Amino acid sequence: MMVLVKNRLARFSMGQLTILILMLSIFVVIMVLPILSLFTRAFQDNAGEFVGFSNFRAYFENPSLLRSLWNTIDVSLTTTVFSVVFGFLFAYGVTRTNIRFKRFFRYMVLIPIFIPTIAHAVGLISLFGRQGIITGLGFEIELFGRLGIILSHVIFTLPQAFLMFYVSLEYADGRLHEAAESMGVKPLMQVIKITLPEVKYTFINTMFVCFTLAFTDFGAPVVIGGGYSVLATDLFVQITGLFNFNMGAVVGTLLLAPAVLAFVINRITNTANMGAMSAKSTKLVIKKNTLRDVLFFIFCSIIILCFLTLVAGLAIRAFTTFFPFDTSLTMANFQFSTTTGGIGSFFNSMQMSLLTAVIGTAFVFIYAYMAEKIESFGFLRKIAKLFSLIPMALPGMVIGVGYILFFNNPGNPFNFAFGTIGILVVANILSFFSVPFLTATGALKKLDKEFESVSDSMNVPRWKLFLRVTVPLSFPAVLETFMYYFVSSMVTISALVFLYTPAFRVASIAISHMHAEGVFAQAAAMSLLILLINVAVRLIYELTNIFYKQREKRRQA
Amino acid sequence: MSFLQVKNVIKRFGTQYALNDVSVTVEKGELVCILGPSGCGKTTLLRIIAGLEKLDSGHVIIDGKNATYLPASKRNFGIVFQSYALFPNMTVIGNIIFALQQKSKTSKEEMEIRAIEVLRMVDLIEHQNKYPRQLSGGQQQRTALARAIAVSPSFLLLDEPLSALDAKVRTKLRGEIRAIQKQLGVTTIMVTHDQEEALTMADTVIVMNNAVVEQTGSPKEIYSNPSTAFVAGFIGSMNFLNGESAMSAIRPEKVKIVERRENYDYSSQVSSIEFRGALTRVFGRLEEAEDFCIDLASQDFDVMNLREGAMMYLKIPQEHTLSYAEAVGEAL
Repeated sequence: MMVLVKNRLARFSMGQLTILILMLSIFVVIMVLPILSLFTRAFQDNAGEFVGFSNFRAYFENPSLLRSLWNTIDVSLTTTVFSVVFGFLFAYGVTRTNIRFKRFFRYMVLIPIFIPTIAHAVGLISLFGRQGIITGLGFEIELFGRLGIILSHVIFTLPQAFLMFYVSLEYADGRLHEAAESMGVKPLMQVIKITLPEVKYTFINTMFVCFTLAFTDFGAPVVIGGGYSVLATDLFVQITGLFNFNMGAVVGTLLLAPAVLAFVINRITNTANMGAMSAKSTKLVIKKNTLRDVLFFIFCSIIILCFLTLVAGLAIRAFTTFFPFDTSLTMANFQFSTTTGGIGSFFNSMQMSLLTAVIGTAFVFIYAYMAEKIESFGFLRKIAKLFSLIPMALPGMVIGVGYILFFNNPGNPFNFAFGTIGILVVANILSFFSVPFLTATGALKKLDKEFESVSDSMNVPRWKLFLRVTVPLSFPAVLETFMYYFVSSMVTISALVFLYTPAFRVASIAISHMHAEGVFAQAAAMSLLILLINVAVRLIYELTNIFYKQREKRRQA
Repeated sequence: MSFLQVKNVIKRFGTQYALNDVSVTVEKGELVCILGPSGCGKTTLLRIIAGLEKLDSGHVIIDGKNATYLPASKRNFGIVFQSYALFPNMTVIGNIIFALQQKSKTSKEEMEIRAIEVLRMVDLIEHQNKYPRQLSGGQQQRTALARAIAVSPSFLLLDEPLSALDAKVRTKLRGEIRAIQKQLGVTTIMVTHDQEEALTMADTVIVMNNAVVEQTGSPKEIYSNPSTAFVAGFIGSMNFLNGESAMSAIRPEKVKIVERRENYDYSSQVSSIEFRGALTRVFGRLEEAEDFCIDLASQDFDVMNLREGAMMYLKIPQEHTLSYAEAVGEAL
C-alpha cells in the first residue's frame, strides 16, 4: 500500500506543485486578504465590532457623501457616452474607410495613455484655466468642476474605447458585406445591419470599461474637480484626512461595484462572442466613398488636434517663465523644487516602473505557463485562472486602501514591506495583471502542445524548455507585457496615493503636489517628462518588434 | 521475456473509455503498428506507453521493470509527433544538440559528432544550419526522427508520423523509416490510421477499435485471417454475405467470375465498373450483399468483355471464405 501511494505521488512533479502553491499563496497575500480586509472594515465600527450595514446607512444618510455618489455617476455616464461614440467613430475611420494617414491617426490617438490622468487635467488647466492659453484668447469655460472632470475623462478613456473597437473592427468578415452587396443592400444599411451587430458585445464591454475608468479615477478630479466631489476624492479624504477607515471601506466597496458588474458582463459576453470569426473569413475590401472619407478625415483630425493642443498647452507652460505674463523661453521649470519631490520623483517612477516591468513580466509568464501548460493539478490551475482575472475588476484605489488596512498592521508578518518601493511595485503588478496575463496565455496557446511531451521524452527539465523555447517563441508577447507594465506604472496614481512615503514620491504624485503648491509650470514640465519617457519606451518597443519580425522572416525564407 | 508489456490498462476520459482492458506485448527490435480508426484509443495507448498520460488501472512493464508510474523523462524513449514539434527557434542541428545536452558527461565535440552522425543517417547533413520553417514537410519529419534517435533511446514512438505529408513523400519515407529502424534495431511502436502504412512497415500489427484490441498479428495474418468482422472490414476490402445465422466474408480478389455453364454460386447484373490501374473492380448486387465487388487483374478483365448491365456468374471458393457470428454493421 505504501509503495502504491509513493508511486502515485511520484507521478506528480513536486517542483510544479510547489510553484503552483507558491503562486496561489502570493495571490492570496497580495489580493484576497487585502480585499477581504477592506470588505470586513465596511461592516465594523472603529473598535472592530461587527455593525452590519450601519456604516452603509450612515453613508446614505449623509447628504454630502451621497452627493459625491450622484456626481460620480453623472460624470461617468456623460464620459461614457462621448468616449464610446468618439472611440467607435475614430476606430471606424481607421479601419473601414479609405482616409489617408491611418497609421499616423492610429498612433497619435494613443497619446493620452502615455501621461497620467492628472496630467490631462494639468493640460486642460494650461489651456482653459484662469491664466490659460485659450482663456487668454477670450474663450472662457467653467473648467473647474463637472466640465473639467468630464473633459479629462473623455481624453483619458477615448483611447481605451478606440483600442477596443479597433480590435473588433479590424477583424471583419468581408464575406457578409459581399453577400449584402450582391443583394443590393445600401452602404448605410450595411453598417446598421452588419457592422453594428458585429461590435455589439464590444459596445457593451467598452461602455463598462469607460464607465469604470471614469468612476474610479482619482488623478483628474483631485486637481480639476474644484468643489465638485466624487467617490475617489471622498475616499482619499476619508482615509488620509479623517482616518475614518470604516467609511473609507464603504466608499471603496461602492467604487468596486461597477467594476465587478463589468467583470461579470465581460465574462458572459466573452463566451457569447466566441467563434464569431472563422478561418474562412475573407478580408474586407473597403469601397470608394469620397464624402464618407472626407467626413471621417475631418473628425479624426479634430480629435488628434485636440490631443496635440493639450500637449502643446503643457509644453508652452513648461518652457515659458511665467505664462502669460512672461513668455520668455526657459528651461528653469525643469529645475524642480525639492519640496514637491523634485526630479528625484521622476527617477523614482522610472525605478518603480522598471522593477514592475521586470518582475511583473517574469511573474505573468511563469504564472500563465503554470496555468496553461501543466497537465496535472487541474483544480489548482482553475483557481489560478480565476485569480488571474479578478485584478481586472479591482480599481487601483481599492487596492491601495486594501493594502493600508492589511499590510499597515503591526501584526502582519509582511508589515516590513509597508512604506517601501516593494509595496508600490506589488500594487502595480497586481493592478495591471489581467491584460498581460491574457496576452501571455494567448501567446502560449499558439505554441505546439507537444513541445512539453517531446522535452519530457528527451529528459529536458521544464524550466529549461521554458527558458530556451517557450520564452523565445513568445518574445513579442514578453515585449508587449514589459512595455504595458512600464507605461502603466509610469502613469498610475490611484493605488500609490495611499502607499507612497514622503521619502519616496513618484512623478504622478509629485505633479499633484506641484499643482497644490502653485508651481504649475513644473507640473506641466513633469507631465512632459513622463510623456517623453513613455513615448521613448514605445518607440524602442516598436523598433524591437520590427527587428524581431525581420529575423523571423529570414528564418522562414 | 518481451521488451514491453501493457497489461489490462483502463483509461477513461469522463465516462468515455479510451482504453478498456487493453493488453499488448512488443518484442525487442520489432516494429509494431497500432492501427485503428480515429478515436479508437490508439494515441492514448501510445501516450500511456510514453508516460505522457496517466492510466486509471493496469500496468506498463518496460524491459522487465514496472514502469507504470515512471515519469516520461525516466523512460528513455524517442518520440516523433504528427506536428513534429521541432523547436522553431533552433536550427536543425540545434534541435538535436538540445536533446543531447541532457546526457551528462557528454562533451561539446561528442555531441556534435553524434548530431552529424544522425543527420547523415536521415540524409540532412547539408540542411543542418537551416531553421525548421525553411525545410519541406518531409525534411522536418526526418529532422524530428533524427532528434528522436540521437539520444540512442531504448525504444522509439511514432505518432502518425507521416499523416501530414503528401502521398509521394509518405511512400518514400515509409521505406526510409523502416530502413533506419532495422539498421538501429530499435524497438519501435507506431500509431497510424493508414492500413497501407501498417501493412507495409510493421512486423506486427495491433488493430484497435472502440477502446479494445481487436487483433494482433503479422500483416499477412491480419489480412488473410482477420479474427473479427471489424478487422475484416477495416483492413483492405471485404464482401460480407448475410447468412441465416452467421455472416460469411470473402476478399474481392478471391471471387471468381465463371461461365454460365460452369458450376456457379451466385449470379448478378454488373452494376458498375471501376478502373483502378492494375486492377479493375466490378460491382454487382446480390440479395445477400448490396454492394458486392470482384477485383480482377485489368489484363484479365480486358479479355472478358464485361459491360454494365450484363449478367455475370460468380464462384466463391470455400477455402477463402471467412465466417463471423456478429453483424458487420455493428462492427464497422
